[in-house]
Amino acid sequence: MSDKLVIGGHEFQSRFILGSGKFSLEMTDKVIKNGGVEMATLAIRRANAGGEENILDYMPKGITLLPNTSGARTAKEALRIARLARELGCGDFVKVEVIRDSKYLMPDNYETIKATELMAKEGFIVMPYMYPDLNVARELVDAGAAAVMPLGAPIGSNKGLMTKEFIKMLVEEIDLPIIVDAGIGRPSQACEAMEMGVDAVMANTAIATANDVGLMAQAFKKAIEAGREAYLAGLGRVLNFKAEASSPLTGFLED
Amino acid sequence: MQVEMNHMEYMPDMDVIESDIMDRVQKKMKAYDYNCYTKEDVIRILNKEQMSIEDFAVLLSPAAEGFLENTAHKAQLETKKHFGNAVSMFTPLYIANYCENHCVYCGFNCQNKIKRGKLSMDEIETELQTIASTGLQDILLLTGESRKHSDVEYIGEAVKIAAKYFSTVGIEIYPLNVKEYAYLRECGADFVSVYQETYHTDKYEKVHLSGHKRSYPYRFYSQERAILGGMRGVAFGALLGLGDFRKDAFAAGLHAYYVQQKYPHAEISFSLPRLRPYINNSKANPNDVHEAQLLQVMLAYRLFMPFAGITISTRERAGFRDHVIGMCATRISAGVKVGVGGHEEEKKGDEQFEIADPRSVKQVHEAILNRGLQPVYTDYIRV
Repeated sequence: MSDKLVIGGHEFQSRFILGSGKFSLEMTDKVIKNGGVEMATLAIRRANAGGEENILDYMPKGITLLPNTSGARTAKEALRIARLARELGCGDFVKVEVIRDSKYLMPDNYETIKATELMAKEGFIVMPYMYPDLNVARELVDAGAAAVMPLGAPIGSNKGLMTKEFIKMLVEEIDLPIIVDAGIGRPSQACEAMEMGVDAVMANTAIATANDVGLMAQAFKKAIEAGREAYLAGLGRVLNFKAEASSPLTGFLED
Repeated sequence: MQVEMNHMEYMPDMDVIESDIMDRVQKKMKAYDYNCYTKEDVIRILNKEQMSIEDFAVLLSPAAEGFLENTAHKAQLETKKHFGNAVSMFTPLYIANYCENHCVYCGFNCQNKIKRGKLSMDEIETELQTIASTGLQDILLLTGESRKHSDVEYIGEAVKIAAKYFSTVGIEIYPLNVKEYAYLRECGADFVSVYQETYHTDKYEKVHLSGHKRSYPYRFYSQERAILGGMRGVAFGALLGLGDFRKDAFAAGLHAYYVQQKYPHAEISFSLPRLRPYINNSKANPNDVHEAQLLQVMLAYRLFMPFAGITISTRERAGFRDHVIGMCATRISAGVKVGVGGHEEEKKGDEQFEIADPRSVKQVHEAILNRGLQPVYTDYIRV
């Protein structure tokens, strides 16, 4: 069965996108292998080309890099970081992160729309990180986004799908891959997101802070696959006894 | 004898900005009675997810001292959540040590007979090249507080050179006006550290005998002026051991809290310097702030503002530093010299204080790895 994730014309088997900012770099390879990961984010502000502990040196060949614009506070700053990513040879994918809040790290949806538009015009495959708001998601589509990345909960919080109802709206209405980014703290939460029809899940803290990082990456892989299969299978009919009315409501209709 | 100015006033040419943060911090600090909290208060708040200002007060109380182990576990979780395994590395470079202030606790004070000097631009370049060759990407430029010997233009030129070699340039110099901060930002500096030393106004007056540093409010509002000048991040701290450290630590935390609330985009960090011996005063010490108390303050900052950076100073010994990274500290200095220059060039001026951890960049790098953490050389892009 061919069930591929397609973003900006690129196909992926894996629906597990790895965030890399919180790992010990020497673990990167193992996590990517155990998780069957094909796409990993990296913060350009952490890239130290030619220097010590350069994250780019730890990324295995064949992985699709998803550079993020972390550190940008405006659309213009995000664009500059995206261009820098391209110069560093990170390819055309870019995850837009525009954050003007040092406490909660909540994405600024307004600047994110502007950044998406600017980057799409320059030929980037733009994946904006956003607070799940249906109207904003629609504007991101118009701005040229290749996917939409709503947050499940505050970044690093491991609280799971706190924004579930709002992400459901995006899944229903937005004709682009929806990737839950931030807040996923355990495999069961990743599975739940996939079951409801999300196209992929991104995780970082949950894996980076596990006791056994490699094993947790594997657990996420399985959970994401299970959730996807459940979604494709169509969740079983849940018997709801209360809904079985004792006398028919439409029995009065003539044949 | 010259009559010194009122320490609660400004001198001519000092910017006065609109802010009520100083009054709010003063009010809360004065009302803070750290002896009123009990064990039960501590146990109750250690089960909370988010700390209020009142909880922060409890964390800094003597009652909380008995719960350092529990607090440390909680702090470590928060640090992991927000920073993962990352520990940033940086080093300071003192480019001048002339000073016009008479601060009784500081080795650079204008009455202290030490060797004074400043680096020329060529010397600064050589020093910076030497530091950059260790792999570091984050530099903090420091001067003594002398507008005469190290004026803003001089610092600006140094910043421009630093920006060529380093992705992150911070400054720890005398407080400036908004326009001057904006100028240094244009030159390539993005982070500003200014420590209030003590938030207690009477104590402040007693230890700052003369010089522009005598103006308490001008120093207090430095971070806000720096942000208004376009700086990306600001650091806060009190010199622990100078006054009542619990009140000072409380006030520094509130100061940072209110500034973040007013300027939500600003990156916030803390430093926790303790009093150290210096030339001609080998007996200077942090009084009642032992390692346990220092750790208590660090943990309280971590839980109160889990997103804030915490820098651990070379004033502390290696064994202490290696254990607080990843638990509460997120940034550590390495290869430190606190005299003027001294990395490649011969030292041109004496040290501000004695350091306790002389390890090289490579050694600190190894120590971070040995703690199962990730040394980070760059975590910032100038955009």
